[in-house]
Amino acid sequence: MEFFIISMLNGLSYGLLLFMLSSGLTLIFSMMGVLNFAHASFYMLGAYIGYSVASLVGFWPGLVVAPLLVGVLGAVFERLALRKVHKYGHVPELLITFGLSYIILELVQLVWGRTAVEFRPPELLQGPMFTLVNHAADGISLVWGGAPAELCEAAACSPFPATRGFMMLVALFMLVSLWLMLTRTRIGLVIQAALTHPEMVESLGHNVPRVFMLVFGAGAALAGLGGVIGGSTFVTEPAMAGTVGSVIFVVVVVGGLGSLSGAFLASVLIGVIQTFAVAFDYSLVTLAQQLGLELSAAARNNSVLKLTLSQVAPILPYLFLVLILIFRPKGLLGTRDE
Amino acid sequence: MSGAEQLKQPALELRNLRKSFGKTEIIRGVDLVVQHGERVAVIGPNGAGKSTLFNLISGRFGPTSGEVLLHGKRIDGMKPYEINRMGLARSFQITNIFPKLSVFENLRCAVLWSLGYRYTFFKFLADLEDANDRTEELLEMIRLDKKRDILAVNLTYAEQRALEIGVTIAGGASVILLDEPTAGMSKSETTRFIKLIREVTEGKTLLTVEHDMGVVFGLADKIAVVVYGELLAFDTPEAVRSNARVQEAYLGSPVADSQAGGH
Amino acid sequence: MAKQYYEFKPYNVGRWIIWGLFALLLLFVPKLFTSSLSVTMLSQMGIAIIACLSYNMLLGQGGMLSFGHAVYSGLGSYMAVHALNMVSKGTLPIPVSLLPIIGGFAGMGFAVLFGYVTTRKSGTPFAMITLGLAELVFAMSLMFSEFFGGEAGVSGNRVVGQPFFGISFGPGTQVYYLIAVYTFVCVALMFAFTRTPLGRILNAVRDNPERVEFIGYSTQRVRYLAFIISGFFAGIAGGLGVILFEIVTAEVVSGIRSGAYLLFTFLGGATFFFGPIIGGVLMVLASVLLSEITKAWLLYLGLIFVFMVMYAPGGIASLIMMNLRVASFGFLRKLWVSYLGLAISALVLLVGAAVLIEMVYHLQLNLSMGPELRFIGIPLNAHSPDHWFGGAFVMLTGLGLFELCRRHYVHEWGEVQEDIEKEIKRREAL
Repeated sequence: MEFFIISMLNGLSYGLLLFMLSSGLTLIFSMMGVLNFAHASFYMLGAYIGYSVASLVGFWPGLVVAPLLVGVLGAVFERLALRKVHKYGHVPELLITFGLSYIILELVQLVWGRTAVEFRPPELLQGPMFTLVNHAADGISLVWGGAPAELCEAAACSPFPATRGFMMLVALFMLVSLWLMLTRTRIGLVIQAALTHPEMVESLGHNVPRVFMLVFGAGAALAGLGGVIGGSTFVTEPAMAGTVGSVIFVVVVVGGLGSLSGAFLASVLIGVIQTFAVAFDYSLVTLAQQLGLELSAAARNNSVLKLTLSQVAPILPYLFLVLILIFRPKGLLGTRDE
Repeated sequence: MSGAEQLKQPALELRNLRKSFGKTEIIRGVDLVVQHGERVAVIGPNGAGKSTLFNLISGRFGPTSGEVLLHGKRIDGMKPYEINRMGLARSFQITNIFPKLSVFENLRCAVLWSLGYRYTFFKFLADLEDANDRTEELLEMIRLDKKRDILAVNLTYAEQRALEIGVTIAGGASVILLDEPTAGMSKSETTRFIKLIREVTEGKTLLTVEHDMGVVFGLADKIAVVVYGELLAFDTPEAVRSNARVQEAYLGSPVADSQAGGH
Repeated sequence: MAKQYYEFKPYNVGRWIIWGLFALLLLFVPKLFTSSLSVTMLSQMGIAIIACLSYNMLLGQGGMLSFGHAVYSGLGSYMAVHALNMVSKGTLPIPVSLLPIIGGFAGMGFAVLFGYVTTRKSGTPFAMITLGLAELVFAMSLMFSEFFGGEAGVSGNRVVGQPFFGISFGPGTQVYYLIAVYTFVCVALMFAFTRTPLGRILNAVRDNPERVEFIGYSTQRVRYLAFIISGFFAGIAGGLGVILFEIVTAEVVSGIRSGAYLLFTFLGGATFFFGPIIGGVLMVLASVLLSEITKAWLLYLGLIFVFMVMYAPGGIASLIMMNLRVASFGFLRKLWVSYLGLAISALVLLVGAAVLIEMVYHLQLNLSMGPELRFIGIPLNAHSPDHWFGGAFVMLTGLGLFELCRRHYVHEWGEVQEDIEKEIKRREAL
């Protein structure tokens, strides 16, 4: 039972991280029509810059500085490069962000090396946030922090890492403030209007190109923030952009391009499903064995049937994508009809 | 059905056609019967739903309820290309041609399906005599033969509108829908253009959305007045001009009268 | 309608000359570059040309941006190598020279399967779907080791059976000529495709997908068919790769390879037919030669790509054609000073930037060998602040000069364009 709860929470935290990234991507796409191929690269930059700042002054300053820096870089890129390409259409915009992702990858490898770096979470976040103790007799109880060793010898202890909890906290905080800003502030209203009617907003006197630059920078900063958290919780390496990048693109297509709520739904869904899948070591062979079916030696050795769910877990998002495209091409909550 | 039978059916028929976008009903129950060879001008104030009607008829989107019949066959809900293959073609208010293809190529693309070439990729375009001949004919008809190799994006506005018409009639459709063909043109250009339209739609059923009353009264056999998604009147120009409801809702003012009288 | 007049259509001699020259080039180029590395590179170029042209059927002709083209060339490779092994075992009695056709049909088959789902959308969603599908296939390649051969991949042996008139495909030159034949035929076929109804309607779909529906064509069907044909030629390229390398690893379906197709096709020029040919040649030159000269080649590539998207989205082919147009009006000589200035300042800028980049790379990767390195004959010391300052100075100077030359060039180019307009009007009036 506690395994289910902990896995659910882990899955939720991963899903919220995915949403932190895909929300920025969706915002940029909804407003500017650009699908930022380099979004995951900003995520990676955030992690690496956070790592450097953390090793110089500490994690908490890094949590603030890294997203800001990444946001500034994003805004600068929009101003100098993306804006020039705007007039050529959407394909060149996608292409230029594609090229940017290459450049960022090479620069990151140049500065920080080609192997993973040890980006450790701060003292405060190391260790579990709370532990679920399943005592045979007393049932499930919650212990804040780590449970004492003697207790865990007699009962099943499932810790919930503090880093994950922090991830959820930051993600929720960021989302709420984003929602508040979009709906309650003046700049938020302008952004909402520019989301669907940029020319109209411009003719009303607002500096729409500047708004675009702000939104792109903010999206990049969000990704950078996700990077600091994700990099310290998981791993900080050059391949991180590639792995998480394709997943968030799947998320936005599955959720429905342009739909923030769709992105939320898809992020959580994919996050939870993948987290659960990784934990299961069952394959079709073990399933057959559980059902009491007799399998020949050849069948038991077949590489397809032998595949465990945890081995298949990485491709689950893409399978999900294909299924959605066949049965519901608009996406889960898609609004735009491309 | 055979050609003769087909002619007995009205060319185009709308039965209680309705279209809502979300909660807003744009087209509220339109009934219309257009016979073969009739030239109908569709007029009405902005936002009345004229372009929406055209979109419904041509298949750009489907109706919420009601029927559209082409030569007696239901076409509501069909895809645009299916409807086009049955003999209905439309032009667009905002020029909608193929910008990076030449004028010649634009027209040739539009004739290919009607000549049966479909998705072939084992015949050369240069060898398709009937397609090339028909394209030459069209070029002369719309008077763009001197500009045949110019890319469509480099034409003047009026030339692009002419090409738009050319692409619309190229496939030999018998029912033509023209959406504000003279939009944005000067007076002299409009007069020339109307002459062109009359020539190229000789013998076909024509529906055209127009704002210019001079054009309307000169070109049309019948006028359909659409206001707030409803068909207020469908009659000869004189009858419409004197229709009280229409005068009240749309024409109303003496200005339109003198404009029509002095064309 | 019978023609009312006699029309004289002269033979298009120019066309025969160009294709003839192309054939002669393919025939004689290995006599010019005879080392075995050169012959291998030429073979690779032939394959890359077919792959990039097949990719451009989607990108340049159809307006479909795909991030997963390597799926079709890669799966074609895998099918071809399995077929090759069957040939070696004797269970499949076909000559090795027909192996690429099997690759082609495999590519086509997968395009039929995946394309059905992929071409349901267009534009950005289409691009994302191709990306997701490519990741799916690549991830699967690490899972299903029977078909994909696991880490070691699948290898084969192209020298199989009795030599046919002395052709055993053992020596590299024989392989080259086989590839050259396929290259010529495929290029000709793909060029022919652009002159067919489907090819032209595909262009129309690129220009205005909505309007195409109103002239009687199903846009989705057109895209699907083009996708399938493109997959066929991609598969042929994959099959040729099997003959050349005799081994297939998961890299052939990787996102890196798909990205390379995109990058180089775009660099060569997606708006002209011959652009991807340039792209294919560059692809091989970059990955074989450039990567030897400098470890930073991917960074340079990325930067060049970004600059191309900003300033020359039509690629190298469009730059050539623009200048040919200027030359045809006789105005090219007005620009040569600007071009010279641009070239020299660009060179200065490049050398300065490269010095810096190379020193950084050296510090990062090769420090164990000491701080000294040679870059194109220049001895550099990565620990010497003089060299850093010198590199930065040269780069900044180059940047400044380049900007000056660029402004001058833009001014000159504008003037030349005006002159051309005047000339066109003058000719029209005649």
